[in-house]
Amino acid sequence: MPKREDIRSILVIGSGPIVIGQACEFDYSGTQACRVLRAEGFRVILVNSNPATIMTDPEFADATYVEPITPEFVEKIIAKERPDALLPTLGGQTALNTAVALHEAGVLERYDVELIGADFDAIQAGENRERFKEIVAKVAREQGLNAESARSVVCHTMDECVAAAGELGYPLVVRPSFTMGGVGSGFAYDEDDLRRIAGAGLDASPTTEVLLEESILGWKEYELEVMRDKADNVVIVCSIENIDPMGVHTGDSVTVAPALTLTDREYQNMRDVAIAVIREVGVDTGGCNIQFAVNPSSGRMIVIEMNPRVSRSSALASKATGFPIAKIAAKLAIGYTLDEIPNDITKETPASFEPTLDYIVVKVPRFAFEKFRGADQTLTTHMKSVGEAMAIGRSFPEALQKALRSLEKKGSSFSWAGHVAPKQELLDDCRTPHDGRLRTMQQAIRAGATAEELFDSTNIDPWFIDQLMLLDEEARALGEAPELTREALERAKHLGFSDAQIGEIRSMDETRVRDLRHALGLRPVYNTVDTCAAEFAAKTPYLYSTYDEESEVPHGDRPKVLILGSGPNRIGQGIEFDYACVHASFELSRAGFETVMVNCNPETVSTDYDTSDRLYFEPLTLEDVLEVVHAEQQTGPVVGVIVQLGGQTPLGLAQALKDAGVPVVGTSPESIHLAEERGAFGRVLAEAGLPAPKHGTALTVAEALAIADEIGYPVLVRPSYVLGGAGMAIVYDDETLTTYMAAQEGGHPVLVDKFLDEAIEIDVDALFDGEELYLGGVMEHIEEAGIHSGDSACALPPITLGGNDIKRIRAATEGIARGVGVRGLLNVQYAMAAGVLYVLEANPRASRTVPFVSKATAVPLAKAAARVMMGATVAELRAEGMLPATGDGGTLPLDASIAVKEAVLPFNRFRGVDIVLGPEMRSTGEVMGIDEFFGIAYAKSQAGAYGELPTKGRAFVSVANRDKRSMIFPVRALADLGFEILATEGTAEVLRRNGVHAKIVRKQSEGTGPDGEPTIVQRILDGEVDLIVNTPFGSPGQSGPRLDGYDIRTAAVLRGIPCITTVQGLAAAAAGIQAIVRGDVGVRSLQEHARALRG
Amino acid sequence: MSNAVLVLEDGRVFHGIPYGAEGETFGEMVFNTGMTGYQETLTDPSYHRQIVAMTAPHIGNTGVNDEDPESSKVWVAGYVVREPSRVVSNWRANRSLDDYLKEQGVVGIAITGTRALTRHLRERGAMRAGIFTAPSEPVEALVERVRRSPAMEGADLAAEVATREPYVVPAIGEKRFTVAAVDLGIKGMTPHRMAERGCEVHVLPATASFEDVMAVAPDGVFFSNGPGDPATADVTTLREVLGAGIPFFGICFGNQLFGRALGLPTYKLRYGHRGVNQPVQDVRTGKVEISAHNHGFAVQAPLGEPFDTPYGRAEVSHVNLNDQCVEGLRLLDGRAFSVQYHPEAAAGPHDAAYLFDEFCEVMSRAQA
Repeated sequence: MPKREDIRSILVIGSGPIVIGQACEFDYSGTQACRVLRAEGFRVILVNSNPATIMTDPEFADATYVEPITPEFVEKIIAKERPDALLPTLGGQTALNTAVALHEAGVLERYDVELIGADFDAIQAGENRERFKEIVAKVAREQGLNAESARSVVCHTMDECVAAAGELGYPLVVRPSFTMGGVGSGFAYDEDDLRRIAGAGLDASPTTEVLLEESILGWKEYELEVMRDKADNVVIVCSIENIDPMGVHTGDSVTVAPALTLTDREYQNMRDVAIAVIREVGVDTGGCNIQFAVNPSSGRMIVIEMNPRVSRSSALASKATGFPIAKIAAKLAIGYTLDEIPNDITKETPASFEPTLDYIVVKVPRFAFEKFRGADQTLTTHMKSVGEAMAIGRSFPEALQKALRSLEKKGSSFSWAGHVAPKQELLDDCRTPHDGRLRTMQQAIRAGATAEELFDSTNIDPWFIDQLMLLDEEARALGEAPELTREALERAKHLGFSDAQIGEIRSMDETRVRDLRHALGLRPVYNTVDTCAAEFAAKTPYLYSTYDEESEVPHGDRPKVLILGSGPNRIGQGIEFDYACVHASFELSRAGFETVMVNCNPETVSTDYDTSDRLYFEPLTLEDVLEVVHAEQQTGPVVGVIVQLGGQTPLGLAQALKDAGVPVVGTSPESIHLAEERGAFGRVLAEAGLPAPKHGTALTVAEALAIADEIGYPVLVRPSYVLGGAGMAIVYDDETLTTYMAAQEGGHPVLVDKFLDEAIEIDVDALFDGEELYLGGVMEHIEEAGIHSGDSACALPPITLGGNDIKRIRAATEGIARGVGVRGLLNVQYAMAAGVLYVLEANPRASRTVPFVSKATAVPLAKAAARVMMGATVAELRAEGMLPATGDGGTLPLDASIAVKEAVLPFNRFRGVDIVLGPEMRSTGEVMGIDEFFGIAYAKSQAGAYGELPTKGRAFVSVANRDKRSMIFPVRALADLGFEILATEGTAEVLRRNGVHAKIVRKQSEGTGPDGEPTIVQRILDGEVDLIVNTPFGSPGQSGPRLDGYDIRTAAVLRGIPCITTVQGLAAAAAGIQAIVRGDVGVRSLQEHARALRG
Repeated sequence: MSNAVLVLEDGRVFHGIPYGAEGETFGEMVFNTGMTGYQETLTDPSYHRQIVAMTAPHIGNTGVNDEDPESSKVWVAGYVVREPSRVVSNWRANRSLDDYLKEQGVVGIAITGTRALTRHLRERGAMRAGIFTAPSEPVEALVERVRRSPAMEGADLAAEVATREPYVVPAIGEKRFTVAAVDLGIKGMTPHRMAERGCEVHVLPATASFEDVMAVAPDGVFFSNGPGDPATADVTTLREVLGAGIPFFGICFGNQLFGRALGLPTYKLRYGHRGVNQPVQDVRTGKVEISAHNHGFAVQAPLGEPFDTPYGRAEVSHVNLNDQCVEGLRLLDGRAFSVQYHPEAAAGPHDAAYLFDEFCEVMSRAQA
């Protein structure tokens, strides 16, 4: 059955900002879908508020809307574009929920838009737990299959919950309906737990519905990725086994593909049930993911749930097998059947088959608890990880060890060096699932724990435990061997030990291990991910390293460029860097190079085998990268390795790669060092005549106090060489500074900078070829200095800077670029205070804002940067048309649309963490709002990030003294718009004195009034407040749980009420609300925007 | 320890560690791509005289149980794996695979290069091989011995694996049909699948004559899977069955014999199909089944259009979408049909189980 001819245009909904539970896997799937649909000749209309995605690049759709993914905005787009069909299954839960809302509101019917990929009924059947349970019971009854659901009760009120718990008994699981990533779910061990978890769950569920069910904690957990076409052909693409048993969200579990501890009978039963369920649910043109639990002692199997859409697991399954689920799902949605679609990898066989693996894939989650002090670090059914790394090996130990080192986090790999904690302590630790539990288990083995003891502590399948025992035995043998023989080294490499681990065990330097290994001729080979265990020849070079017999690296005839990716997503290093890498790959391939991508993040577009000429799915450690370089050099000349685009990860390897003789292109490692090392950078600034805030470096409390005394408070303190602002704080007094210094690890220098409060912070991305500077864009932060640039909203073009300011910025940036020796991208952060432009820092690499700047100015900066690194000049790129013929991102016309970037913070995941912004970055993602007027652009950014700003109701205002003056004007604007203003006493007085009627409300610390007057926190929790403005009191970053503000902000997060924590944010919000009330908020595609800017 | 060797007839050698029984063994070297079901694979009589390499790296994780074997013994001539499990982890298991292989005297080897071996066979075709767990001769001598071992082409093996005495598998529930199943290497799941559908299955030796078959007064006749070269087999009995108009169903070797009975030639595939993920399309419905395969030979028949046979017009009913290999045949009148793959599916997916229903329908129509 060929492609449908009755539809011509298709609206694709993306997944919006990167948040925990919904990350760049949906950029990968959406990008694949858009490519397929365009190649098939459809007009593609895309909506996604996230500018850092590849899918929102203008070339992937005919009309790209970077607009909020809300039913209101999507309806505007539908009204304007009149698509024939809507494909909602590739943008995660966000897209699916939006499509359901549009259907229910009658929008789809009104505009005659057909849902493709999954119909409304199938979505309901898959997502509604009660209906899903009926379906499982039905297939068991009618087809005689061994399938059942956990015993459970659906509840809509707390009373129903308590009654149900009486029937089911504790512990039980609470699962809210229609939330993504398990938001609001958890285990209740008693009634207190139940009231707390189910209460939040009822709130989080759009249908006020939670499911309580019997505990299957500790059971084995599996997932199957299933695809079905309209001719009813069904295939299982991949089985995934969670090493962490039931109780840990699959996104937080260490998982392995294929499943390793099932017999064929058990697996086929699971397969039969999965197929029966997908048929019964009615997903007939796409994919779904079905989760199972198996009782390890009886084999009883329970069907947990299904997602009738492409998911994080399907992205993982695609990378694990080479079967591109999203691409195939898009083809099925437009009418093809599986047998009509060729397998991309073999080219000769069809997609109507089930991939078989002759390797093992391990996925490990990446957490960021260090950023969220006070957060509960126990892993539960509520997902908390911010990213993941995947590794492929020819055995489980090899894949596991590669995956752990792919995390690039100190202490994530197994270690046999140093002190071991007592066995019992480690075993007790293992009882609670936590980040790095496998490593805790490995340490317990070192301390003498037996396999049985570990099973008792963890319920992890004994087979996996034995693999850890095997690694321990090998490590011991390696340590005890009189010398490091070829045989010993071979054995260790077979089990995935890195040179660094071997060095640690043998007390020798990593480099010496490597030299010895190379002298023995022991190197990895590269095998192909071929979907078929070598039964057929693979045509697509998607490779992984292993210590095995034959290498399969194909010969290339063009000069090769390696691009090092950014590894697992983490806070401060995410999709934005993948965007830059992917752009470089596309552009260099077009320019005649053979592009070779190295990365280990399964969520990304860069690890799609279609993106580069060759893909190496490898950890980004020095050892692994050097081996890839060597393997590539065996088959042709490598003319460059790009380290500037993948963020800190590849940048950290630059010097070592260069020292090893690898041709690092772009800004040299020495120049990178020049920008990073304080003294050297100071000299660059001095030579260019640029001021930096006064600063000093302190090793002791006394030194720090002396510096602060000299330069004056407030000061910004941070350990030297940190990323993403880790450990940074703004300090206002001696006492706090003393506490801060005392908490630092001894011996490491701390940088103490004058903190410029009330400065305007400015971010610049620029391109430099050695001669000419191209100013990519100048972004003005909406929040004042002191908030990490990754967490603050910003506007481009800058809204308060004049032409002269831009000139100064351009000159300063050029001075730095020249002084440092930049070839490629440069990001500089400035602070403008009292007319002085201070340089805060410079990073000679792609920054987080490159995609935003590229979209806001309609110039592909990362592509241009890749070309400059390979030797092109700005002048040549202007002549080619890649860059504008004249002018740059600093000379945008006065009538250019304003783009606002807003950060998205994961506070709803980490209850108990204060949401006040500070110098340490904590956001996971970003959105962009774009409009002719700043107010509307800002309002769109808020709608995209947190939900729409209210246009009426009650606004609560409570600000610090320093903010009282600047708050008056915007609060008056809110009052004029009809908001009822509530305020705490001090704030209310100031407002009243300025003619704004504000009703006084009790602080939390004052408690309930004599006549039962509620406190502000109670009123927020009761849903009586629509907008909260609360700027922190006391020293920022030091606010403790005792402060009122903390309680207010926590309540705001709990209730999901917009909460503004800076006075600048308040001003922007007021302007935005005014604009919405005035009405007529329109939508505009990036293509229209580009035409307006570049003609 | 790593002194065991796997030697191929073209001289390629893989070094490894002994697994299972010690000693030496010879057979045709083939690879199986299934990720589950090693116990079913090992006990499948069609693997008689073959050394099987598993492409899935970890083997033995779930141990061995009493329910999953497809016959009373391990039939593979030798076993090649990459990472044998050191422990057993499954609630049904009662011993380890290593112990089971030792107990059954099956010689095996664990080598790193199972993928290299697979690629070698893919490029050069199936060939003879030998495993020597403690070789006492130089490699050249071992290669010579491998070359002197018997080849698969021309081998008549069904009688070696089939039952010598007839036996009956009773119908589960109400008996609806009597089936005469000629055992050419039948797997336990096959009569079970028929019994589930109300068939009383009389399993007969491979040498059963038409009279032996008719003696059980069958509603239908079944020819099973089995090892060896179909070109060597005697199809007299089958021809008589077809001539008598008795409903017929064949699987694998049974399909090849059906082809020969219809006058079609068979040939040896370069490296065969052995796995549980093969896409087979039903030509009538266009539907694709994911199916279990284990065959090194295939029937040659015209695709796309019916052809004449002594028993009426026939057609290719199923085609492998990977290589367009013939996977099924049927007489247009529907009375007799067969498939090259394994609807009984142990190991493997159950997509083709409907074929047993079709066989019952044919018998039911013939009864009426």
